[in-house]
Amino acid sequence: MEPQENVTSGRSAALRWLPVWQRNLRVWAKLAIPAILGNFGEPLLYLLALGYGLGSLVGDIQGMAYIVFLASGTVCSSAMITASFEGMYSAYTRMEVQKTWEAMLATPLDVRDVVIGEVVWAGTKSLFSGAAILVVAGLLGAVASWQAVLALPVVLLTGLCFASMALVITAFATNYDFFLYYNTLIVTPILLFSGVFFPLERMPHAIQWASQFSPLTHAVALVRPLMTGSVPEQPLLHLLVLGSLGLGALALATVLIRKRLTA
Amino acid sequence: MNTVIKAEGLSKHYGDYPAVDDIDMEVRAGECWGLLGPNGAGKTTFLRMVVGSTPPSSGQLQVLGHPVPGEATSMRRRVGIVPQKDNLDPDFTVVENLLTYAGYFGLSRAERDQRIPELLAFASLEGRKNAYINTLSGGMQRRLSLIRALINAPDLLILDEPTTGLDPQARQLIWQRLRALRARGMTLVLTTHYMEEAERLCDRVTIMDQGRILDTGRPESLIRRYIEPHVVEVFGPDLESWHGEVGAALAERSEHVGETVFYYSTNERPLLEALNRQPNLSFLHRPANLEDVFVKLTGRELREGQ
Repeated sequence: MEPQENVTSGRSAALRWLPVWQRNLRVWAKLAIPAILGNFGEPLLYLLALGYGLGSLVGDIQGMAYIVFLASGTVCSSAMITASFEGMYSAYTRMEVQKTWEAMLATPLDVRDVVIGEVVWAGTKSLFSGAAILVVAGLLGAVASWQAVLALPVVLLTGLCFASMALVITAFATNYDFFLYYNTLIVTPILLFSGVFFPLERMPHAIQWASQFSPLTHAVALVRPLMTGSVPEQPLLHLLVLGSLGLGALALATVLIRKRLTA
Repeated sequence: MNTVIKAEGLSKHYGDYPAVDDIDMEVRAGECWGLLGPNGAGKTTFLRMVVGSTPPSSGQLQVLGHPVPGEATSMRRRVGIVPQKDNLDPDFTVVENLLTYAGYFGLSRAERDQRIPELLAFASLEGRKNAYINTLSGGMQRRLSLIRALINAPDLLILDEPTTGLDPQARQLIWQRLRALRARGMTLVLTTHYMEEAERLCDRVTIMDQGRILDTGRPESLIRRYIEPHVVEVFGPDLESWHGEVGAALAERSEHVGETVFYYSTNERPLLEALNRQPNLSFLHRPANLEDVFVKLTGRELREGQ
């Protein structure tokens, strides 16, 4: 049965972001085949090449084959990359180039609804890509058990966190090149120094210390044990870091984007 | 409700620059109200305040009984907005654009399924409903923007320069549709640079410049208030000397603009007879129009972007 027809006309304020998310999903669905091919193909190639190729040189890490180590790291890093790209380049396109947000804001939607819709959408895309890697890793025998599906909520949270951070940057952007600052100064160091490709304990102390400020370090600390059949240490701490950073960035992004759009 | 928009002492300042400067105005239910003014007059800023896109610096604003910006989201449920530049979704077809927009209003499936075919017919876009936006002509895109703004069956439709950049045929078609909406009792608010458009569509117009309202009234009353009924535009060689010796004395008022002299007159006969004796001078005799009022009130100097 269809939901009550006129209930939707007064959709509760808490779900007003949903049509923003639906709009982006509808666009994604039009190009779903190449998108899904990319989601599965890229990690398959990287895991095969680096996991086996590099893995044969480095041997086991932290008691696991390198491909297992790498697979659990890239589930997290792909969530970051996907959400950051969506929150910067794609969101900027909708804000400035296509004026999609302007069209949305001519309806009962508010800036907050648009920002939340964009963040949840970017989180959803992260989930797609993280899930695809998880499947590929499973097929390659790099996942210990079904417990690994518990990594998916962490992937979503990681995506939401990085999407919110990216939208803070987008609030200041005047062109696409502006995002190179964030990519070079934030995303790349996080990618390299959060334990995705190499274990942190081999790094200099300063880097180990700094890596604790990287949200990705906390995502990896949760996802790697979940995918390899052990129990994460201090799970609440890691969740709290990702959650509070994400919420803080979301609030800041909303204020900054409102200021930008309603001047 | 008789008043749809009511602004009192409304201002918007950007730093020291008053984009809208202490204006009072009212739009009545069921009328078509036009806001005219040169570039930078404050028209778009005024409309942005009305729809809650930017908060006023001071003053009171009520739209459809809602205080704005306080209740802007509830107010926008009953308003349709056609932006100055089309912001249709290029990733979607015509019908997908409408469906997606209906989603932003939280319309039910039944409402969508009923309204979308009606709106496509209203805009004569049934045949193009599965076409992507970039394959539509400018006129079709404009019509789609118009029906997209009607998806929520609004009580008030706001159009910022609805026909700028359209060819004459496309413009006529938009005018026709706007008149049809007006006939159904919808309140229309539009800004325009085309005085002909304002004269043909609007019940009342307000002329704005430098953030302030210069005057408001029915187009024909404004014309009567400010301009003599006959206007004769004269151009050609020898104009200068003829004007000094003969022309200037034959009209109540005249104005030299570039290579043309505009004569404004209540009794045009003597002027036309004199001109008929001057084979070197060309002239155009026409009734006074809103453009004459506009130019008289806002001046002839060119306005570039602020």
